[in-house]
Amino acid sequence: MTDQPKIDLSPRVSDEIRKTTCYMCACRCGINVHLKEGKVSYIEGNRDHPINRGVLCAKGAAGIKQVTSPARLRAPLRRVGPRGSGEFEEISWEEALDLATSWLKPLRETAPEKLAFFTGRDQSQSLTGWWAQQFGTPNYAAHGGFCSVNMAAAGIYTLGGSFWEFGSPDWEHAQLLLLFGVAEDHDSNPIKMGLAKLKARGARIVGVNPIRSGYNAIADEWIGITPGTDGLFILSLVHELLRAGKIDLDFLARFSNAPVLLDCDPKSPDHGLFLGDDAGRPLVIDRRTGKPAPWDGEGVEPDLRGKLRRAGVTHRAVMYDIAERYLAPDYAPEKVAERCGIAPEQIRRVAAELARAAFDSDVTLDQPWTDFRGVAHKTMPGRPVAMHAMRGISAHANGFQTCRALHLLQTLLGAVETPGSFRFKPPYPKPASAHPRPHFRSTPGQPLDGPALGYPQGPEDLALTEDGAPARIDKAFSWENPLSPHGLMHMVISNAAAGDPYRIDTLFLYMANMAWNSSMNTRGTMEMLTATDEAGEYLIPHVIYADAYRSETVAYADLILPDTTYLERHDCISLLDRPISEPDAAADAIRWPVIAPDRDVRPFQSVLLDLGARLGLPGMVTEDGAPKYTDYADYITNHERKPGIGPLAGWRMGPQGLTHGKGDPNAAQIDSYIGNGGFFTAPLPEEAAYYKPWNRAYQDWAVSFGLIDKPQPALIQLWCEPLRRFQLAAEGKRAPQPPEALRGRIRTTLDPLPLWYAPMSDAFEDPAEYPVHALTQRPMAMYHSWGSQNAWLRQIHGVNPLYLPTYWWDKLALSEGDWVRVTSSHGEITVPAARMAALNKNTVWTWNAIGKRKGAWALDPKAPEATKGFLLNHLIHELLPARGDGMRWSNSDPVTGQAAWFDLRVKLEKSAAPDEAQPVFPVIPGFHLSANTQKTPSPEAQPPDNEGTP
Amino acid sequence: MHPAKSIILFTTLSGLGFGLLVWLGLDPTPPTGWVAFVFFAVAYALALGGLAASSRHLRRPERALKAFSQWRSSWLSREAWGALLALSVMALYALLLLFGVAVLPLGWLGAALSLATVGATAMIYAQLKTVPRWHHWSTPALFLSLALTGGALLSGRVLAASLLLIVSGALQAWVWWDGDKRFARAGTTLSSATGLGERGTPRALFPPHTGSNYLLDEMVYVVGRRHAQKLRVIALLLMALLPLILLQLPLPHVFGLLALVSHTAGVLVSRWLFFAEAEHVVGLYYGRR
Amino acid sequence: MTDLPQHSEKKLGLVIDLDTCVGCHACVVACKGWNDQAYGAPLSDSEPYGADPSGAFLNRVHSYEVLPETGPAQHVHFPKSCLHCEDAPCVPVCPTGASYKRAEDGIVLVNEDACIGCGLCAWACPYGAREMDPSAGVMKKCTLCVDRIYNDALPEEDREPACVRTCPANARHFGDLGDPESAVSQLVAERGGIDLMPEQGTRPVNKYLPPRPRDGWGGDTDVLAPYLEPVAEEPEGFLGWLDRTLGKL
Ligand SMILES: Nc1nc2c(c(=O)[nH]1)N[C@H]1C(S)=C(S)[C@@H](COP(=O)(O)OP(=O)(O)OC[C@H]3O[C@@H](n4cnc5c(=O)[nH]c(N)nc54)[C@H](O)[C@@H]3O)O[C@H]1N2
Ligand SMILES: Nc1nc2c(c(=O)[nH]1)N[C@H]1C(S)=C(S)[C@@H](COP(=O)(O)OP(=O)(O)OC[C@H]3O[C@@H](n4cnc5c(=O)[nH]c(N)nc54)[C@H](O)[C@@H]3O)O[C@H]1N2
Ligand code: SF4
Ligand code: SF4
Ligand code: SF4
Ligand code: SF4
Ligand code: SF4
Ligand SMILES: [Mo]
Repeated sequence: MTDQPKIDLSPRVSDEIRKTTCYMCACRCGINVHLKEGKVSYIEGNRDHPINRGVLCAKGAAGIKQVTSPARLRAPLRRVGPRGSGEFEEISWEEALDLATSWLKPLRETAPEKLAFFTGRDQSQSLTGWWAQQFGTPNYAAHGGFCSVNMAAAGIYTLGGSFWEFGSPDWEHAQLLLLFGVAEDHDSNPIKMGLAKLKARGARIVGVNPIRSGYNAIADEWIGITPGTDGLFILSLVHELLRAGKIDLDFLARFSNAPVLLDCDPKSPDHGLFLGDDAGRPLVIDRRTGKPAPWDGEGVEPDLRGKLRRAGVTHRAVMYDIAERYLAPDYAPEKVAERCGIAPEQIRRVAAELARAAFDSDVTLDQPWTDFRGVAHKTMPGRPVAMHAMRGISAHANGFQTCRALHLLQTLLGAVETPGSFRFKPPYPKPASAHPRPHFRSTPGQPLDGPALGYPQGPEDLALTEDGAPARIDKAFSWENPLSPHGLMHMVISNAAAGDPYRIDTLFLYMANMAWNSSMNTRGTMEMLTATDEAGEYLIPHVIYADAYRSETVAYADLILPDTTYLERHDCISLLDRPISEPDAAADAIRWPVIAPDRDVRPFQSVLLDLGARLGLPGMVTEDGAPKYTDYADYITNHERKPGIGPLAGWRMGPQGLTHGKGDPNAAQIDSYIGNGGFFTAPLPEEAAYYKPWNRAYQDWAVSFGLIDKPQPALIQLWCEPLRRFQLAAEGKRAPQPPEALRGRIRTTLDPLPLWYAPMSDAFEDPAEYPVHALTQRPMAMYHSWGSQNAWLRQIHGVNPLYLPTYWWDKLALSEGDWVRVTSSHGEITVPAARMAALNKNTVWTWNAIGKRKGAWALDPKAPEATKGFLLNHLIHELLPARGDGMRWSNSDPVTGQAAWFDLRVKLEKSAAPDEAQPVFPVIPGFHLSANTQKTPSPEAQPPDNEGTP
Repeated sequence: MHPAKSIILFTTLSGLGFGLLVWLGLDPTPPTGWVAFVFFAVAYALALGGLAASSRHLRRPERALKAFSQWRSSWLSREAWGALLALSVMALYALLLLFGVAVLPLGWLGAALSLATVGATAMIYAQLKTVPRWHHWSTPALFLSLALTGGALLSGRVLAASLLLIVSGALQAWVWWDGDKRFARAGTTLSSATGLGERGTPRALFPPHTGSNYLLDEMVYVVGRRHAQKLRVIALLLMALLPLILLQLPLPHVFGLLALVSHTAGVLVSRWLFFAEAEHVVGLYYGRR
Repeated sequence: MTDLPQHSEKKLGLVIDLDTCVGCHACVVACKGWNDQAYGAPLSDSEPYGADPSGAFLNRVHSYEVLPETGPAQHVHFPKSCLHCEDAPCVPVCPTGASYKRAEDGIVLVNEDACIGCGLCAWACPYGAREMDPSAGVMKKCTLCVDRIYNDALPEEDREPACVRTCPANARHFGDLGDPESAVSQLVAERGGIDLMPEQGTRPVNKYLPPRPRDGWGGDTDVLAPYLEPVAEEPEGFLGWLDRTLGKL
């Protein structure tokens, strides 16, 4: 010990810390970016940040490698070789923007809908949506349609807000958490932090998932359900709870539409619609008087047993339909168990656990509050059962109804916005009826009359042309998927190539790897992007793409607008969009250039505003036609959506100086954000923290803060009237009416009460021929395709075997190192196999988006990602196989258009090991070339040029 | 363990070299003059060649001198000292022999130091509890007996070499037979490695990294069973049986040389197996052995 | 000197909670990020964008499936870094003295200036806690963030290992396991923390908290059954119950 070395125990960590927001995924944690000599040296979590409280995930900590990635684009590119060749020339920004303008300007003047503008997980949808609206095209959406729109739409139509992004379990008080189909989710760190809180308190976690990994691995109980059957399982729980009377009658009566009176006369034109008063307000029977009263009348006490005969028609409370439907023996555990792949006792056990947690654990907050009917409550009684769900139930063609079933279950237990249950994050709750409707009538040279996306309330809100055809390129808001508030990004390329419903001229994509992992039918998508007409012209004449890296899709565009990385630009994580709020606080955030880019790239949002100005789009030019905003930072600061409401809510300018929420633009606003660590939080008054949809204090606060214009309390829509309106149309009782071929489907799937039906593909594919369900999961340490260029992360996940359950492993007599051929009704892949026991007996799975196209992402074409890694997407088609009528339906939820990724069925065979995972795609030739001849300095040898910010 | 060429060469060559030095040191009538020069030159070439090869195994060979510092605890350090002392003592001894002076006690000391060096080399492996196949008295025993055998062959001692060939061949065969059971005997399993044994049978599922790393490259080397069996037979034939037969033939110089070549080749194969077959317990964490 | 210190009062180490670790690898990358720019040479990678990428990491997360006698298979994520063993076999084998265990707090470190990259310490470690740096050619291992935990340049709350600070599931705890009163020691006592490979005789300082029992199906069926006592089998019966119950409200 004598010569134990002396070491420096207090080295200086860095020269400077700059606090901004992570964008290695969409969770938006706060980060401390350490700089040494102007370069990023280390990234850690920001302890003050409401989302992550200092923790950081693997991706976040690897952000430093995103900046030095050799796959980064360097300058705008114009295609010189054929599409898909990856051959480009570098051009100046002036040339790039001129080119884009030369394509877009004529479109706007003649047929704005010929521009389809679709974006990925970019977090600036309030800008991009507004831009599209100003351009005048209805063909705008983000990626939600292939992501989680079932979750979003079901949540908003039912509860007035969704799990996804805008809600969270009450981690502080929950005693039991049911987690459905979640591998990682957007709330990456908060979920992990929350699970840890539950564990620390000894609360129980039940994981419902065919695969037991990640969160499900730490769950106290695991329900290894068969994919696509959660709806059945949930409704069986509902059945058991109803039978046992383990439901929260008081909650149901006050806060759901279970007491609302329904027209029950099958002969009535309004059969299944609510009985309303003259103002159209749905009626309930008031227990105080026994008389009908508007649902929100002062002091009204709705009666769950309400019945009323009026004008010869019987009306009764929704509760009757609920009881009738779910007490039916079809939902008995014995009836559903086999189909769900679980034991009846397991179902009962969960039901009993729910009942125990909801009604036996006393979680009551000593907090008086007043509801929207003016009724004062002394306390906030809790129901400490929390639920959370994501794509495991969302990405099925029955996902909308499954998610509605889950909301029914929550509501029956009184487990919505009550202490210990599920909570909203501002700006939610906000009922579907308070959202805009879709706008789609484009006029040459004019903006659209409103936002393209919205929430239809009935068939009259569909986006249909005069002759009833879909008005949008993705057929959103058409009879095929009427309630598709996020659009159908997965159908855009295929519809555009087919000219169905019409041809477009320019496809403008931003941050979505559509030629690879974000498309179904990946090979077909590449073919569609390169397909030509008889004259040899591309079926999609122009493709513009904004990416920051050399992704697969770059090769398929004609013009590339290279973006900066997230550390080099301003971003705005806005309350108008998808903010960073928590249930106790409204919060928003920014990114700002903590380093300057070392190459000729520009922040896409600034480019978009520039382009808008060149096109003369209203709102983006001043009266004399000059650009209104110098860049995105200027827009963030000065743009107002409505008077007093801008992208950021913090540090606005009021009459008496700085204010929050509503106020005039403040030139120093961004500096205030930077000074505060990149974010802003506005805590809710304690009285407003729970029961938000019905809580006067919350509603008033939301109005005063500018989240809503007027209080908009809403009941939980157990009976979803808009759905019933579509059913009525399908029944021929209401105009407009669906095409004949869709009537049956609309009647069954747009049921106003939650139901379960087998995933659509089951009707098209023979479950006996394709007996195995094939799924993907998000690896926690990878973000879709873009982590593979990250030197650290790719060492963790560089290949992705197909995991097989013991049952199939034995059946195919596999041993370690074997390969399997996986065949669906659409395609075939041959891939490395691995065994996993903690798996549903008929489910196989792999990590999502590890497989890479050779030559992409500046990886060696022999990289394991390209030789052993694979995509399941090759097996999934965007259309279901043809049936008798020759028509091919989209492989999507018939209500919302949600891409049904997880309905995939396959068969398995043992295969001799090929040299590489099959199918093999050729190296993107131009990429390979340019990766070799690239002049960009290697990351190790970058010039020290990060001085100041641009 | 990864069968690194540098270490296989090192242990084999330096074993031969120090083995020869042992015999030279013990020889009551040591050669002198040019004959001595040739013998010692061969011994030094082998020992130093081995050491040179071993330095290739160091990632920072320029700091190799630091390896002398920890003789109190480290067998590697002791080996370095052993080699230095053995080679110095024997150099002095040899120098004197060149001039025809045989200081026998110096030779004995050198022989002892040479043996100790081989022993220290073997102890580097034998001390490792993490490699149950090595963690056994038989590791130094085998290294020493092979060094002596090789030395005997080199120095043309037919009888000693013949006897030693039998002894070391038998020992080697037993070491393989017993070695195959040592991992299990050591009692380190995935259950003990993870502490999960009480709730069931653990099995490695997701790898911690799909890319390789130092541990996998260095410590998780898998040889096919059949392949290993074949190599064992070859090694035994070459290192013991064939030389033994060759030694009994007339023309000791020709066949003696052939015996030496065969033995050396056999020891190289055996050393390859010594490393390649050695399972490090860390492999358990990776689901391998 | 590579002798182990006789006895260290303080035994700093980690306690890893296998019950809550979700296997996110956050600690892996946070460790890489911190140590890439902190103690010693940067942690390098070889072929970072090539066909065979590999690199030095000081912390790795494995995952194991456990098949119980009855019930479904379980799955445990399993982070592993240096356990700062009391009888650290990696220390005495080192020929240069580069590998040592600090007398004052028991942290096992490599003095990179003295390391010749022989790899013997890594061979001696049963846990795979040491990895050779591919560029610097010196042995790398968990430093227990010795340059954080005493670092005056850091705010008090940040004086903990990078992996502990980052773990979103709170599955990593840092403290003095030599002090029975410390929070980590209490946690170990309460949760029955265990040693890895006790038979190797290394006496690890780091402890692992075993996962809590899972899948307790059937255990309290009797307790739970009454919760599902039907009030009614048929919708009519249910509505009757509703009437009765609401009447009482
Ligand atoms: N680290 C990381 N985080 C991410 C992403 C990423 O790529 N990496 N991507 C982000 C994005 S875009 C999204 S949309 C979210 C998605 O977040 P998740 O919803 O967590 O997405 P998936 O990984 O697709 O997980 C789906 C889960 O559902 C399960 N599942 C599949 N079918 C069924 C079923 O029928 N029933 C049940 N109960 N479970 C089922 C699967 O086994 C899997 O565990 O994650 C976001 N967060
Ligand atoms: N089989 C299967 N397929 C799936 C899914 C599944 O579960 N299973 N999930 C689906 C879902 S939910 C989603 S959301 C999609 C996700 O799929 P994508 O949205 O395609 O996700 P990424 O692969 O990350 O591609 C995003 C693109 O953004 C680029 N990018 C990254 N950072 C920046 C930046 O700062 N600026 C710009 N301009 N571009 C940037 C990347 O280089 C990449 O090309 O995948 C879908 N595909
Ligand atoms: S979860 Fe990870 S990648 Fe996503 S924002 Fe947070 S730290 Fe960044
Ligand atoms: S874990 Fe390995 S490296 Fe760490 S002290 Fe123990 S033996 Fe040494
Ligand atoms: S690699 Fe370095 S630290 Fe390890 S034993 Fe060799 S010299 Fe010592
Ligand atoms: S304590 Fe520090 S060095 Fe050790 S594993 Fe954690 S982060 Fe890495
Ligand atoms: S960060 Fe925490 S939860 Fe994630 S792998 Fe490491 S120990 Fe486990
Ligand atoms: Mo997504």
